[in-house]
Amino acid sequence: MLSILKSYGIMLILAMGKTIELCLLSLVFAMVIGLIFALCNVARKRTLNVIGTVYVDAVRGVPLIVLAYFIYFGVPAGVQAAGFMNFRLSALQAGVIALSMNCGAYMAEIIRAGIESVDRGQMEAARSLGMTYGMGMRHIVLPQALKTMIPSIINQFIITLKDTSILSIIGFPELTNVGKTIMGNTFKSLETWAIVGVMYLIVIVSLSKASKRIERRLNVGR
Amino acid sequence: MADKKIMVSVRNLKKSFGKLEVIKDLSVDIEEGEVVVLLGPSGSGKSTFLRCLNQLETVTDGTIEIDGVCVTDKHVDINKVRENIGMVFQHFNLFKNKNVLQNITLAPVELKIMSKTDALAKAEELLARVGLSDKADAYPAQLSGGQKQRVAIARALAMNPDIMLFDEPTSALDPEMVGEVLTVMKELAADGMTMVVVTHEIGFAREVADRILFMDGGYLVEEGTPDEILNHPKEARTIDFLNKVL
Repeated sequence: MLSILKSYGIMLILAMGKTIELCLLSLVFAMVIGLIFALCNVARKRTLNVIGTVYVDAVRGVPLIVLAYFIYFGVPAGVQAAGFMNFRLSALQAGVIALSMNCGAYMAEIIRAGIESVDRGQMEAARSLGMTYGMGMRHIVLPQALKTMIPSIINQFIITLKDTSILSIIGFPELTNVGKTIMGNTFKSLETWAIVGVMYLIVIVSLSKASKRIERRLNVGR
Repeated sequence: MADKKIMVSVRNLKKSFGKLEVIKDLSVDIEEGEVVVLLGPSGSGKSTFLRCLNQLETVTDGTIEIDGVCVTDKHVDINKVRENIGMVFQHFNLFKNKNVLQNITLAPVELKIMSKTDALAKAEELLARVGLSDKADAYPAQLSGGQKQRVAIARALAMNPDIMLFDEPTSALDPEMVGEVLTVMKELAADGMTMVVVTHEIGFAREVADRILFMDGGYLVEEGTPDEILNHPKEARTIDFLNKVL
């Protein structure tokens, strides 16, 4: 165990950094994607509802691993076949796209539920004063929805952090992938995976502890 | 008295929710400065009628003109019209994430009707008028029902509306708080505001209304002065309703 930490410690920490980088980038895009499709879903326009539902159903209906393969191998192959021979996606780019799309679909559902939890009278009051739908959303409904959404959003953060490990299959050097390399070099699978597991555990537990604190602080203001 | 300006003109209004016809055929004119009270059993379409006036509900058929603008016309910028129509809701609907001052100043500032400084001055003045100057920094959750409703009235007045709509403004209040809200509404009526009020407060209707409209089953059954409607009702349904509530 100690020998692994001695020879591969730095590598493991760098890999953890890569994991967190991938996760944070994906989360930022997922929030944007989630917000757009959630707004589609709560809009009173049939076409927008259909767009929102199709996206959420399609992405949730495909395993992340298949989505990752599709984007990393399938999409570039298709674009190249269409004549753009120089088109490539790096493992990081493909990973962020796959994770953002996946997490974005779940985020859309969280945000939709949050918006629907806000009393309809809030938007009606805003509209009755002459404010537009967008103003009502921005100033009144979304800030109130955010409060109820925080626990689910942090839960989704944790799931996404764990999902980064799936992207080891497209060769992105995140923590799980580095774990595979170390195991290949040392043949010490028990020690290697115990260390990798504990590293995930530490980051995720601190994240959920932090989320509890944020929740408590938000509730004080009520 | 010379002819007063017509503020609200409703012609053959019909409103259905799916198969349910809530307003069947309603035509009415309301003059500038007039206080009109809508009475009637629940489900008679009073609230729906009120919500049609500022287009919180789209009408199924018929036309509504507010201050000469046809709000049922799809090409009219309804947001502009709503700036002139204040509305007070049964459940207050104060913005929960904003304090009292922010509740009052948000719309005028956001819609660029007033500068922030002017809006704040106006808000202070309105809060003084409804007797809540000391609550400027409170959040809605910290106010009683009566206080919330007075803030809601101040919020609507901040837009300098020509008409005020009241949708059962005292129905969600504890009995001892009804008076404080009605007092504010009476002062508003005395100042010459055009008001359309849905209420079950017969006493308020008797004292403040210029005209009472009695609605039942989606129709305007009877209209007249408070004396005519409350003391000498002609229609059987009006008599029946008044026997139950008086």
